[in-house]
Amino acid sequence: MIGRVVTVAVLVGLAVVSWQIVAGGTPAELGDVSRHYVERGVIENRASTLVTSVVVNYRGLDTLGEVAVLFLSVSGVAFVLRRFHGEPSAPPTPSSEIVRTGARLLVGPMLLFGIYIFVHGHLTPGGGFQGGAVIASAVLLLLLAERDRPLPHAFLSWLESTSGAGFVIVGLVGLAVVGSFLANRGVAGLGEWNRLFSAGVIPIVYTLTGLKVGSELATLLDIMMRGERKEGGR
Amino acid sequence: MTPGTVYLASGMALIVIGIACAVLKRNLLRMVLGFAILDTGVHLFIAAMGYLPGRTAPIADEANMFSDAVTMTLDSTRFVDPVPQALVLTAIVIGVGVTALMLAYVVRLHAREGTLDVGAFRRLKW
Repeated sequence: MIGRVVTVAVLVGLAVVSWQIVAGGTPAELGDVSRHYVERGVIENRASTLVTSVVVNYRGLDTLGEVAVLFLSVSGVAFVLRRFHGEPSAPPTPSSEIVRTGARLLVGPMLLFGIYIFVHGHLTPGGGFQGGAVIASAVLLLLLAERDRPLPHAFLSWLESTSGAGFVIVGLVGLAVVGSFLANRGVAGLGEWNRLFSAGVIPIVYTLTGLKVGSELATLLDIMMRGERKEGGR
Repeated sequence: MTPGTVYLASGMALIVIGIACAVLKRNLLRMVLGFAILDTGVHLFIAAMGYLPGRTAPIADEANMFSDAVTMTLDSTRFVDPVPQALVLTAIVIGVGVTALMLAYVVRLHAREGTLDVGAFRRLKW
């Protein structure tokens, strides 16, 4: 009981301290780094979305680390939830006619929408992670509708590792051609501002990220719904 | 109270609620939910740090957003800060991964001990 009182007291203290931070308000002007990113973002990358230009180009190395963390967490889930020998799996409840028909109708457009989001990552809000999440939700609908249909694990595994390797290869090409990892200018033609085929390597990197995140999250959902399978290969 | 302050205050409130939920609850699932709420609060707080009143999202989709149309220099007084938004984009993905891992541990612990009460896991207690 005394622990609870101490905890609540600490939380109240935290609330008081945080109120001091909040009362300071938001900054009135952009910082130096942000101003550089905003003013020179279109010149240097030809990407309309400045957030994409920060995520994929200026801080591209962080994004590679982020992809690695996501991969590690999916591997961790697969390891923790692996099925032990002799442990029976619960038989899946068949889903209703409505879910199955709706899934058949919706899965195609949802996959297409996910691809649209990551292909247009440099023009509109969105990008590889968001598109990958939409693709994974399409896979979740498919899993909910047809509980006993197995996912193509070998293909997903291949797609995930190939696109991850592609990300690193694009970065290494920048290192070889311009001398900096994940460089954009001088590696591919930047093209015309606000066109689909523009912004150099940014759409390539975001497409690879989208495929990687989509296949990873699809594998994650599959593991969580019915446990690791022997042919999973991971 | 400006909108920026409201966003900051909501973010901080969610952070405190999340920590309280993670520390005070005894059910493992609710503790994981507390961490998810904490995550959301941090995201809202960081995104609000880059908020500047009266400015637009950092997407240059119109030609009149350039202060110098020839060199394509953007007018930096028209946009909110893109850096916190990029940070939040990263943090959301990491948060999903961490939550998935925590839930996987909860599933394992429940299969092993048959309960979700954190007080029942006495093996690491001294």
